[in-house]
Amino acid sequence: MDTQPVIELQGLEVRFCGRVILDNLTRSVSGQAIGLLGPNGAGKSTLINTLLGFYQPSRGTARIFGHDIRMDLRRVRSLIGYMPENEAFIAGMNAVEFVRYMGELSGLPPDAALERAHQALYYVGLGEARYRKLEEYSYGMRQLVRLAQAIVHGPTLLFLDEPTNGLDPAARRRMIRLIRDIRKRAGLRIVLCSHLLRDVEECCEEVLILKKGRIVHHANLEEERRLNRKFIELETDIDGTPLVEAAQELGCECALAGGRRIKMVLNQQVEIRRLYELAAGCGIQIQKLNYKRDSLEDIFLKAMENGNGSLQTRL
Amino acid sequence: MAVYKRGYEPYEGELTPEWSRFLVIARQAYRRVFESRLLVSYLVLCLICPVACALIIYLPHNEGALQMVSVGDLITIEPGFFLKYMHLQGWLGFILTAFIGPGLISADLANNALPLYFSRPFTRTEYVAGKMSVLAILLSFITWIPGLLLFAFQSYLAGPKWFWDNLHVAYALFVGFWVWIILLSLLALAMSAWVKWKLAAGILILAIFFVVAGIGSVLNEVLDTRMGSLINVVQVIDTIWSSMLGLASRSGISPANAWMSLAAACALCLHLLSRKVRAYEVERS
Repeated sequence: MDTQPVIELQGLEVRFCGRVILDNLTRSVSGQAIGLLGPNGAGKSTLINTLLGFYQPSRGTARIFGHDIRMDLRRVRSLIGYMPENEAFIAGMNAVEFVRYMGELSGLPPDAALERAHQALYYVGLGEARYRKLEEYSYGMRQLVRLAQAIVHGPTLLFLDEPTNGLDPAARRRMIRLIRDIRKRAGLRIVLCSHLLRDVEECCEEVLILKKGRIVHHANLEEERRLNRKFIELETDIDGTPLVEAAQELGCECALAGGRRIKMVLNQQVEIRRLYELAAGCGIQIQKLNYKRDSLEDIFLKAMENGNGSLQTRL
Repeated sequence: MAVYKRGYEPYEGELTPEWSRFLVIARQAYRRVFESRLLVSYLVLCLICPVACALIIYLPHNEGALQMVSVGDLITIEPGFFLKYMHLQGWLGFILTAFIGPGLISADLANNALPLYFSRPFTRTEYVAGKMSVLAILLSFITWIPGLLLFAFQSYLAGPKWFWDNLHVAYALFVGFWVWIILLSLLALAMSAWVKWKLAAGILILAIFFVVAGIGSVLNEVLDTRMGSLINVVQVIDTIWSSMLGLASRSGISPANAWMSLAAACALCLHLLSRKVRAYEVERS
């Protein structure tokens, strides 16, 4: 995969009426699907809007695929597809006309725009309803049209701002499936902005967590998951104190809860089999062993608690 | 492969030139304009006057017509004739603007469509130019284009001497109407951007012409001055057109003041547009 950074933030600061909204953001992200997480008002949408050139940075800058958003905005926008958070459409058009119009504004010749409008609408699942007026669509259908207009011109990077907002569970699953499918297609990167952890967890492998306009955590979810393989929970048939002492001698970090439940971070050199040997040596039977994975929720909550960008010890 | 069988794929074809993309807006708008029978009928109505003027120009050069009508009844084709033409077509243009103008930006604002435009390689200037072109092209078809055709027709019938003696009329028709088109378009777009409700934007456009003109007249009466006419758009444009045609204006304001008033109105409209035509507005708290 291309390892060129998708987005590079360099001391990016945005102020509205003197109030700092994005505070000195500096980070480089290069994942195929990047999640932007944070509570309401954290600055997620502002960051996306700034990257699109809607807001002027008061300090610093950002680059998208190496193109400066201050100096080369037109080029940046030509690479991007944007699905806005709020209702956005052009009245009096049917879906084909609307998506075609958006394609033409992106520079597609009329015939190509028309062909790709049909294609995009079939792709998002609106093929049969594509000649209906946008005003007659349900909310979920309009979300899909917004996705279609974002991909009609074949962008390299797709900004999805709260794409599952207001969708019922079935429509949400459909949207997530679509996003995952788009992600698989060669060359298309996704920035998914959401306050729904599940959406980000299902679609993204890299996540930026924002709080009060600052980046409080940047995680590669795949890497986090790999690291978490060494974080285990055990349950023994009798008091596990001897096993804890034996494991600590091997360099493992342990915590005993209620005498029979042990939480443990394994030393890098210690294999699971060795734990069973230790337990047998102590006359203890391991009845249950779980790899505990930090869910995105754990990562998010820790980031929210710390707020300084570093994660505390897992135990 | 059939369109419905294809999945998502990147676009690798040619792109249209960047300079031409603002015309996509006009093209789209015309599809809707020409769907309205009322507007099409009105556009046809707007061409009746140029046809009538062509007849008036033609009559003095037709022997049969001259035998039926006494020479004294015929209208002389001189700059004053073209000023009347400009006034009439100017008003028809204003009514057309009041029809079409209010919905140009207000609909996009009401439906939150501006982020869709500006997330593409499409600037705010191009957006405004695109919306202006909707009006400018339609207004051109009922103002300076038939005006110049009438001038050419009269020149053809009256001969080269008339042409060279009255060349400034062609200049006045072209530049004068373009000034009017730009002013009308900017006013309509600014009102359309300022008020999200189409009907209210339409009322505002009418108010600028009639209510503000009334205020100007009151100022003239109360303060015993002619400066109130500077906020009367009709008198301002009459002054400019008259000066271009070498005629005296009845407004009582100087052409220089009229130009300044016009420039101020355009600057104000551009300022309003630059404030309102944005992807998202920052709410001041």
